[in-house]
Amino acid sequence: MNAQVIETVKRDPQFEELVVKRSHFAWTLCGAMLAIYFGFIFVVAFAPKVLGLSLGGVTTLGIPVGVAVIVSAFVLTGIYVRRANAEFDTITRQIVERAK
Amino acid sequence: MIRFPATAVVAAAAFTLANATFAQAAGVIEGGSKQALNIEAIALFFVFVASTLVITYWAARRMRSAADFYAAGGGITAGQNGLAIAGDYMSAASFLGISGLVFASGYDGLVYSVGWLVGWPIILFLIAERLRNLGKYTFADVVSFRLGQTQIRTLSAVGTLTVVAFYLIAQMVGAGKLIELLFGLPYLYAVIIVGALMMVYVAFGGMVATTWVQIIKACLLLGGATFMAFMVALTFGFSPEAMFQAAVDIHPKKASIMAPGNLITDPISAVSLGIALMFGTAGLPHILMRFFTVSDAKAARKSVFYATGLIGYFYILTFIIGFGAITLLMNDPSFFKVSAGGAYNKITDLLGGTNMAAIHLSNAVGGSILLGFISAVAFATILAVVAGLTLAGASAVSHDLFASVIAKGKLSEDREVAISKITAVAIGIVAIVLGYIFENQNVAFMVGLAFSVAASCNFPVLLMAIMWKGTTTLGAFVGGLLGLVSSVAGVVLGPPVWVKTFGFASAPFPYDNPALFSMAIAFGSIWLFSKLDASKRAQADRAGFEPQYVRSETGIGAVGAVTH
Repeated sequence: MNAQVIETVKRDPQFEELVVKRSHFAWTLCGAMLAIYFGFIFVVAFAPKVLGLSLGGVTTLGIPVGVAVIVSAFVLTGIYVRRANAEFDTITRQIVERAK
Repeated sequence: MIRFPATAVVAAAAFTLANATFAQAAGVIEGGSKQALNIEAIALFFVFVASTLVITYWAARRMRSAADFYAAGGGITAGQNGLAIAGDYMSAASFLGISGLVFASGYDGLVYSVGWLVGWPIILFLIAERLRNLGKYTFADVVSFRLGQTQIRTLSAVGTLTVVAFYLIAQMVGAGKLIELLFGLPYLYAVIIVGALMMVYVAFGGMVATTWVQIIKACLLLGGATFMAFMVALTFGFSPEAMFQAAVDIHPKKASIMAPGNLITDPISAVSLGIALMFGTAGLPHILMRFFTVSDAKAARKSVFYATGLIGYFYILTFIIGFGAITLLMNDPSFFKVSAGGAYNKITDLLGGTNMAAIHLSNAVGGSILLGFISAVAFATILAVVAGLTLAGASAVSHDLFASVIAKGKLSEDREVAISKITAVAIGIVAIVLGYIFENQNVAFMVGLAFSVAASCNFPVLLMAIMWKGTTTLGAFVGGLLGLVSSVAGVVLGPPVWVKTFGFASAPFPYDNPALFSMAIAFGSIWLFSKLDASKRAQADRAGFEPQYVRSETGIGAVGAVTH
């Protein structure tokens, strides 16, 4: 990789667009994951009774909530991969083509 | 490149193993020991070892370059890598430990397992692609991309070896104890078998063998756990309510097992532990290495997606298995140490301790065949995890310390790989010796310590080097070092070591996990010392950010897959 390629990429308006879009998206999802996880931990620490609320029988609210936290991790990665594989990879390919 | 006579070693290893187990078999039968010899487990474990040795032989024959040795030539697919990453993560400790925790406390086990999972999305969003675009064999390649090679690689190697050492000791001691219990093999034999096999996998088969051992084990473990959870669900007609009702009726803690209990009493410790688990995952050298085994950023990304799904699924299975163990074991005295009067504690008297809950459950739902299968899988799990750790440690020594710091990049590829192989053997021997020394020590804190160091030394340095233009060699070096020292000090001076291991009444550092503080120290000092750094080196470091940034975002110039 030489200095000229770097210059070309840096000047490419789509590069700026890619980086801004992608990092915004990634940090948003990151924030969502942290909020879900630490939200869960804070409920466990400060209001454990909420998770002990009955859902009719012995099954408590904590069960679906806990499973939902696990599933949310998978879903968030899925959302990122989907958009990255389609949109971000296409833009990246175009930038790389132009820089050659 | 040094060529090892792989066939001879494979034969020798199989022979030693055969002798060890058969000698033990004879001893157990003659002595009429209470420890039942687990024939099914031993037979199944033999099949596993034999097939992994065949793979190692195949991998050794295909290995032609350093890229093959360290990164499987970049030829692992996203699906395979997802399984291997999940395999690295689903250690015997998490399978047996979390199901045991659910068995003892119910819901708390779920709270704990969630913490282990949520690091994965963070890895994907922040570092996976950039790591793949910038690195070659070790995460130090990425950190030292534009920073001073000598300082940064030394720091990364120390960080790697510290994490590997603590993780490895915990695994070796756990392995010895577990195998002693499951197979009726003496502790020392078990430790030697584990150490010897991991040396063979890594020294002869490199990353290809290490990855395939991990993939096979991940499939076996997921298959076995799925079957057990299915059998539990079948018992209750696939009704979670029926299962929970039965568990609440039987468990001594009654309905409290359905809500968070005393696992988290102090929010600061809870947040600190959560942070250590989350960001420690993103700093584990043997996990980070896996991103260099796939062909490009797209595959790196997809492999995290698969791994997150598999690990999440696995934790849901362990939760069901833990509850299954409550319902199917607690009323059956044959699984407990029963006193003369016929009474037993339904939690603490479980034979072998609560961590054996999943093992006993396999016997309850599938008889001796499933017991043998799950025992063999537990053994295989330990082997696969220690092999990954050994490879990470060996790579840090050969690729970072020898090739870059000592030889300043003038070492030939063949010599570098040879050094890595010798180091793998050395690590194996050290692990056996340490496993022996620590036999009767409480090593439970060591996995937590490994995660704290990974979160406080490796991860901050990696993230700041990739993300922040202002990071300089001095800042990264001082910050990483302070993170390392403060995390180790926090663990040693905290309750897990100071009170539980050394036996003092109270600990100078009050929290179970120091990550919250040691990570803040690391990030803060990387920032501060980078800001204060006005050296020539610092100017070069900052100027180097732009090319690194373009490459990390686009993959232009990244190392691709090797085609033979």
